[in-house]
Amino acid sequence: MIYSSIGYYALILGLIVSFPIFFFSIKNFRDSKILDSKIISFSFIQLLLVILSFFVLIISFVYSDFTNETVLNNSHTTKPLFYKISGTWGNHEGSLLLWLLVLNLFIFVFLLESRNMLKNYRILTVLFQQIIIIGFFIFLIDSSNPFNYVFPPPDEGLGLNPILQDPVLAIHPPILYLGYVGSSIILSSALAATTMNYISKVWATHIKKWILISWIFLTLGILLGSIWAYYELGWGGFWFWDPVENVSLMPWLALTALLHCVLVLEKRSTLSSWVIILSITTFILSMGGTFLVRSGILNSVHTFASDPERGVFILSFLFLLVFISLFVFFIFHKSNKQEPVSFSFLSKETSILINNWLMMYFLSVVLIGTIYPIFLDVVSSEQISVGPPFYHKLIIPFLIPFLIFMAIGPQLRWIKSELNGKLQLMCLMIISFLISYLILKNFGNNLLINTVLIGSAFYLFLITIRDLLKKKSQNLSQNISHLGFSLLILSILFNNIFSSEIITNLKVGETFKNEKFKIKFDNLRKFQDKNYISFKGYFLIEEGTTSEKLEPELRVYNQPNIITSEADIKTTFLSDKFITMNTVQNNEHFNIRYQVKPFMLWIWISVLLISLGGTVSFFKRKKL
Amino acid sequence: MYGQKVKLRFFFILLVLSVLVLTVFLVLKSLEENIVYFKSPSEVKLLTEIDSKKIRIGGMVKKNSVEMSANQINFIITDFKNEINVTYSGVVPNLFSEGKGVVTEGFLQDRNFFKASKILAKHDENYMPPEVKSALENK
Repeated sequence: MIYSSIGYYALILGLIVSFPIFFFSIKNFRDSKILDSKIISFSFIQLLLVILSFFVLIISFVYSDFTNETVLNNSHTTKPLFYKISGTWGNHEGSLLLWLLVLNLFIFVFLLESRNMLKNYRILTVLFQQIIIIGFFIFLIDSSNPFNYVFPPPDEGLGLNPILQDPVLAIHPPILYLGYVGSSIILSSALAATTMNYISKVWATHIKKWILISWIFLTLGILLGSIWAYYELGWGGFWFWDPVENVSLMPWLALTALLHCVLVLEKRSTLSSWVIILSITTFILSMGGTFLVRSGILNSVHTFASDPERGVFILSFLFLLVFISLFVFFIFHKSNKQEPVSFSFLSKETSILINNWLMMYFLSVVLIGTIYPIFLDVVSSEQISVGPPFYHKLIIPFLIPFLIFMAIGPQLRWIKSELNGKLQLMCLMIISFLISYLILKNFGNNLLINTVLIGSAFYLFLITIRDLLKKKSQNLSQNISHLGFSLLILSILFNNIFSSEIITNLKVGETFKNEKFKIKFDNLRKFQDKNYISFKGYFLIEEGTTSEKLEPELRVYNQPNIITSEADIKTTFLSDKFITMNTVQNNEHFNIRYQVKPFMLWIWISVLLISLGGTVSFFKRKKL
Repeated sequence: MYGQKVKLRFFFILLVLSVLVLTVFLVLKSLEENIVYFKSPSEVKLLTEIDSKKIRIGGMVKKNSVEMSANQINFIITDFKNEINVTYSGVVPNLFSEGKGVVTEGFLQDRNFFKASKILAKHDENYMPPEVKSALENK
């Protein structure tokens, strides 16, 4: 009870602190030459208050304080401590508090890190960021207060959805949010820089760090979510083109495009309007994502029961931000006359720009696929969904030029260049297409497109490897990330082509047999754990001469009363063996799914490589 | 007379526009081909013709209707007004059970018979797919 009051009043005080920040910022904007330290102090106080409020919420979860509605709805006394803590951000209210915390944290770090920058630019960034912060404060206090009372307090909570009780998903939201919310600084700073006409090389170098941070966290966040979906949902896939997944991919695409553009801005001080537009787009997509996930508008397999009232608030707030951003952009943005806009066709700028357009194309495809069902529902109340074939058909063909430009682009110089070592590049290309043809020759389906696609991914792979070996650390970060991307495409394609799957219904003791596999359901045993009962199935799988024991599980949780299935996965260097079992009530048969998925491990490794590239780039900047 | 630069710009804009139009056309066309409509059992009964396109059907799994054998599962989806028989062979999500909401994807054989290729999973036992909710409310 006492905790909830502390948390609640900390939030209200936090909101009130925004006023002195506004006041001193505006005063400081006109007066003096240096930044008023009061702004930093008040930002610090605001940050402390939000941390306090968040900390109190964690305490309430740890002590299972059921006078708190959020705790009541999402926790249970028998839940392990780790999941009590992670339950704090596993729900709507707590996760928004986390949003707010990260918003505050980032602006505070920004204030400390930007000492060398123009004073008024810093102040304006704080102001724009405060608009977002105030919006979230009001949203939290008004419509999703994490500290609502329940009286009289019940003895037991309703528990956390068991599929969220998972170590990976415990850290997935904070990491993803660091990426999402990081884009708020990019927006605030881009708007401030536009207002001050400060879009320049210096600004690009400065904001690049923030873009890298968001980008790294967003990449890792998506990776974690994907890994979780792979082993927890039991479908054996890692990406389903589900709306909830799409909303995290869209800001990633915009952010990746922005990362490349800001490099152009840094080196050549051109493309400035494009950078601003991308900054705005990224944040709008991040926030729009939160809106779509939390409002319950999305019809997704991942959707958790949610409240449409909240959606209306986020939506109106979102429109306000779009309006402010566009206003600032059109009123203040002057395209710089001295910008050396001319660059020849064969140059680094062109290849980055072309790949940017391709990324924008991918983004629009994903956006249309995600939004169109909602749109049609509103217009004609016809309910539809857009399946993976839509995305595959529209995205895969364009990956080919995308990969080739990714390979050739880094070989070119700025402004104008000859293609150096043309012969070697051509040779490598022919070699990679040949190799991919030889690999795929015996797998008849879609031979042409697969050959070309794998060929171009392989081409990028060979070229990045060559560069890694040849030019020592000259552009290490880019090489690592591009290598990661080529590996990612290669592993996904091989994974798709060479996967095999068996779905069958078995009773205990029965055996399934086909020409390749033999699956024997040996035994079923029952175990009792702290907050669930587990049924473990013992399977013997024979494939040719090798045999493997796999033990998938069914868990019946006590609160809420939900059955989850835990896949058993044997991961090896080259392929994963994946088995899940499901039950249907009143039936002796168990629903068994067995999959052999090659290169699964490499999908995860390649995404790690992509973000490692970003990390290298981040630390390289710091040293200089 | 237009200068070289103006001409170049004109062509550039023309190029961008035509690429844009082409892209929009392409996207809309494949959207048309790949959307999956959602129907309730009652809506299926009203269909005048059965086409071969993939659709989704949602409603409640009728009590005591689930039958399971080695390679398939049969059950009945109901919206308490009309029913449809479903056969399915594939993975059953954990929250699939009698008396609960379900969404299946597949092909209609006729007005009473649906061959499902996918049963969609949900994460939350309280969650009811919006389509099922509105289909049940409309009855």
